[in-house]
Amino acid sequence: MERLTQLSREQMRADLPDFRPGDTVEVHVRIVEGDKERIQVFKGVVIRKRGGLTGATFTVRKVSYGVGVERIFPLHSPNIEQVKILFRGKVRQGRLYYLRQRYGKAARIREKRRQTA
Amino acid sequence: MLNGIIGKKLGMTRIFDEDGRAVAVTVIEAGPCFVVQKKTSGADGYEAVQVGFARKPLAKCNRPMKGHLEKHGSKSGFALIREFKVDDAGAWEPGQEISVEQFEIGDRLMMTGTSKGKGFAGTVKRWGFRIGPMSHGSMSHRAPGSIGASAYPSRVIKGKKLPGHLGNARVTVKNIEVIDVRPEDNLLVVKGPVPGPRNGFLLIKKIG
Repeated sequence: MERLTQLSREQMRADLPDFRPGDTVEVHVRIVEGDKERIQVFKGVVIRKRGGLTGATFTVRKVSYGVGVERIFPLHSPNIEQVKILFRGKVRQGRLYYLRQRYGKAARIREKRRQTA
Repeated sequence: MLNGIIGKKLGMTRIFDEDGRAVAVTVIEAGPCFVVQKKTSGADGYEAVQVGFARKPLAKCNRPMKGHLEKHGSKSGFALIREFKVDDAGAWEPGQEISVEQFEIGDRLMMTGTSKGKGFAGTVKRWGFRIGPMSHGSMSHRAPGSIGASAYPSRVIKGKKLPGHLGNARVTVKNIEVIDVRPEDNLLVVKGPVPGPRNGFLLIKKIG
């Protein structure tokens, strides 16, 4: 079992910043179209982080033209070029599903003033 | 080349391939195995090598096993001994080591193990029968339904798929792709699932 986790650990990325649910991030995703490669940016609020070694994922939610869009990224995927933290939010839940029922002013998140991490 | 090895399933995880796609993989501790005995057509009527896996002290083997191993000059006991067919058993020597180095990334393998026991299972789980309606007054949810005609033949046809014991049986899965080989840790990483529980033994053979 240790050998299994060790093997998984090699695959995991340590270069990503430590972001949390409530933070607003920009995820830069590498997209391959045929033989061309480009970077797509997905900006939104992290509403969930899920563990599980190499299988860890996080969900980013944004409202695009009035439509809520959520995208689940594998945390350790090599296709993630970088994750930029734009805003650290102060939230009291680990899973921010309540944002789905809210829009506009009600969906605001307060800024975290003091760094706790 | 033996084209086979004995291994132990360590568990599953997922890794990313060069295109960044996540691949579900099984990690197997394969080998090192040691040749115990040669079977030759002269003496035994067929050509094979008997191979041991998972070393343990001779004193921990039962007496018939210990006797067999000592007869062939093995200094250690094994948890599992199996035979592999070869073209010429004369090319092998007792004590010779067999490692995962014989496999390469992209090889196709065949694995035999003992599947997880599921106990007494109904027809839905065991044979994939469709379930009945769960509501609208239906009382036939997971029942198998009719199992045959009436007066003729007045019996159930042999081989009819019915509830019974599922799992804990020898299962062979073919065409398993090798994703990674690590001879320094005796690890074999293959794509997808393989039969059996974690720590279950596996008989691994190369196809083609």
